[in-house]
Amino acid sequence: MIRDHFRALVVDLSARKGKITTHDGRDEVVGGSGLAAFLFDRYGHTDRSWQDPDQPLIFAIGPLTGYFPLMSKTVCAFKSPYHDQYAESHAGGRSALSLKFANLDALVIVGKAPTPVCLAVGAHHLDIQDVHFLWGKNVKSTGKQLRRMFPGSGHRSILRIGPAGEIGTAMAGINVDTYRHFGRLGGGAVMGVKNIKGIVIEGDDMFELPAGKEYQKLFQNVYDQLTTTDMMKKYHDLGTPANIAVLNDLKALPCRNLQQTSDPQIKGITGETFAEETLLRNQACSGCPIGCIHLGYVRERFHKDHRYYFSQVSYDHEPIFATGAMLGVTHGFAVLGIIDEIEEMGLDVMSAGVALAWATEATENGIISDKETIVSLRFGDAKIYRQAVRHLGNGANDFYRRLGAGTLRAAGHYGGADYACVLGQEMAGYATGEAFYTAQSLGFRHSHLDSGGYSYDQKHDKKDVRKAVDFLIADEQDRALLTSMVACLFARKVYTPTHLAECLNSLGYTAIADNLETIKQQIQQKRWQLRLASGYQPEAVVIPRRFTELTNWKGKTDGDYLKALKNAYAQYIKIIGARA
Amino acid sequence: MKILTTPRMERCIGCNSCSLACARLVHGRLSWLAAGIRIMSTGGLSTGFDARSCLACDPAPCVEACPTGAYSQRKGGGVVVKKNLCIRCGDCAHACPVDAVYLDNTGEPYVCIHCGRCVPFCPHDCLEMIASSKESSAEDAEEVFP
Repeated sequence: MIRDHFRALVVDLSARKGKITTHDGRDEVVGGSGLAAFLFDRYGHTDRSWQDPDQPLIFAIGPLTGYFPLMSKTVCAFKSPYHDQYAESHAGGRSALSLKFANLDALVIVGKAPTPVCLAVGAHHLDIQDVHFLWGKNVKSTGKQLRRMFPGSGHRSILRIGPAGEIGTAMAGINVDTYRHFGRLGGGAVMGVKNIKGIVIEGDDMFELPAGKEYQKLFQNVYDQLTTTDMMKKYHDLGTPANIAVLNDLKALPCRNLQQTSDPQIKGITGETFAEETLLRNQACSGCPIGCIHLGYVRERFHKDHRYYFSQVSYDHEPIFATGAMLGVTHGFAVLGIIDEIEEMGLDVMSAGVALAWATEATENGIISDKETIVSLRFGDAKIYRQAVRHLGNGANDFYRRLGAGTLRAAGHYGGADYACVLGQEMAGYATGEAFYTAQSLGFRHSHLDSGGYSYDQKHDKKDVRKAVDFLIADEQDRALLTSMVACLFARKVYTPTHLAECLNSLGYTAIADNLETIKQQIQQKRWQLRLASGYQPEAVVIPRRFTELTNWKGKTDGDYLKALKNAYAQYIKIIGARA
Repeated sequence: MKILTTPRMERCIGCNSCSLACARLVHGRLSWLAAGIRIMSTGGLSTGFDARSCLACDPAPCVEACPTGAYSQRKGGGVVVKKNLCIRCGDCAHACPVDAVYLDNTGEPYVCIHCGRCVPFCPHDCLEMIASSKESSAEDAEEVFP
C-alpha cells in the first residue's frame, strides 16, 4: 500500500455504517501524528466537548509502517477528557501492522453506539457487534471474550477498555494487545463515552514490494544496525527500568510523591532486580525484533491450602516509578501486583500511581481522610494501594471521581495543589531539572517523550534559556516527524533524517524525502494550531511548588530559570500555533 | 537437503520478523500471512507463540491432494510448488494437517520452501535449518555402524 493519498475507514456508530474515504495531503502531513491532526481538522470539533458524540476517535499509521523495522507504532488522537483539548497518545503491540494489513492509513470512529459494542474491521469486513454483556468486565476478561468472538487470531490487534473507561475517567487508557497501551490523556474514556468496549483490527491483506534491490538492501542495512550494534541494548536487556537505579543515584527519581528524589530501599525495584527476580519473558511489537516488552509475574496464594494463581504483568521504568518509588513500595512483586490491578481497571498507570501518591501525602497532611479514600493510604502499603486502585477505576465515590479527573482537579477541591506532582498531567519518572519540568508541563502530549528535556538537563549545566527552548522546539519537531512515519521513538538514533529520507525514497515517497525540514515544521504547527484552537493556554500552565523545592544532583531547582524557560516555551508555542 | 525447523519456539517474542522476512525475500510481498512461516499466539498473547510452518512430510499429503501437479515431493521432505501449474483450488491447504499452507484471497498458496532465509531474522534463535531426518539417519547410521 504505497500510495500518494490516504485511505481511511470512517465508522459512524450512530448510523452503524462505515465509509472508505480517500484524502490528498500525503506529501504535506505524511501519516501518524500529521495525519491524525489532518483528520481531526476534518472530522473533529475544537469548540465542542470531548463527550460530544460527533467527536472522532482516530487511529493513524504512516508511510513506513511495516516496511521497516520498528516502524511499529500507532497514533491515537482525540479530544481529551483530561483537558478537553486536542490530544495524542501512542501505542504499539500489533495495532500498527494490523491497520497496515487492513489496508487502512487510518481508522476514524464518530458517533455513539446505543449499546456497548465491539467494532471489528479488516481489509474485507466491517462488523459492529453488540457486547452489552461485557460492560463492567475488566480488561483481561474482556480480552479473553473478544479473542473467542472475533476471527484473525495471531494477526489482529485487540483494543479494549476496562471499568475506568466505561465511567469516563480522564485517567482511563486503551489497552492494546494486553501489554501495550494508549495510556495517557483519557483515550479509554473516549471509547467509553462512545459505548465502544473493544476494537478488533484484523490484518488480512498483503501488498507488493517495490521492484529492484534498493528497498531490500536498505531494509537489511537498517535491520543490521538495530540488531547487530549496541544501539538497542538498553531496551533489549534490562529495558527502560535500567533508569531506576541511574536516576536514584543522581537523586533524580521521584519518590514518595516527590518528597524525596532517591530512596535508600531502591534496590528492591531496580531494573536489575526486576530482571533477576521477576522477569518471566519478553515480547515484541509486531515488526520489531528488539523485544523491549518485559513481562514479570505475580503469583498469589488465594487459599489456605497451597492454591495459587499467577498473572503476567508488563513493566517499564514509568510503571515502576509511579507505583513503586512514588508510593514508597520497594518490593518488585508488590509493584507488579499494583500494576496488575491498574491493568484490570484499564487505568493509565502513571496517572494512577502519581494521583495516589498525592492522595497519600494529602492524607498525611490531614486534608483528606478515610472518609474520602475509603482505605487508609500509607506509603509502602501495597495491599492498600491495590484496593485504592479499584476504587479509582470504579469511581467509587466523589473523591475518587474527582481524583480520576486529574490530581490538580482533586487538589482544587480538597487543597494540596502545591504538592500535586502534575506537569500538564501526572508527571513522568524524571526529576532531572528545569528543562524537563518545562517540557512535560507545556509539551504537546505532556509526555516525557514529547522532547528530550530530561536528557538536556543531564547534559547541560549552563542556564541558557534560549538554547534550552530552541532544543525543546527542535527536538519536538524531529520527534513529531518520527511519529508521523510512525516510528517507535526508541529507534530515534537509527532513523536520522538521512536514513528516513533513504527509506522514504526506496518506497517512492520522494516528495516527502525531499522536504523533511519543511514538513516537520508544518506537522508541529498543525498540532499546536489544533491544541490552541481547542483552548490550550500555555502561559496559564502552573508548575506546582513541589518542583521548585526539589534538590537533585545539580542542586536545588532554580525557580527563576524554570519560570523563564516556561515563559519562553509558552511564547514559542503560541507563535508556532499562530502561524498561518 | 536441509529443512526448516522451529525447535525453540518457547523463546519467541512474537515480533513476526521471520514471517515478514519470508514474505519480503521469498514472495516479494509486505505481509505477515503470505509466508511459509506464520506466527500465532497459542491462545492469547500471555500464552506464548507457535509457528505454523511446513513440517517437511515425506510423503506430503498436500502433494497427493494437488490435482494439477503443481505440488511435488521435495527431496528430504516438504514440497516444491510450481505456481504456474496451480489452479487455486486450495486442496493443498485443506490437506495439510498442521495448517502450514496459507491461501490468500485469490486462493494462491504460500508454503515453506525450506530455504532458511527467515532464520537469521529471528532475534532469539528459535529457528534452525537441520539435515532432514532421512539424511541425518543415514549419516548417523554411518557413524554407528562404520
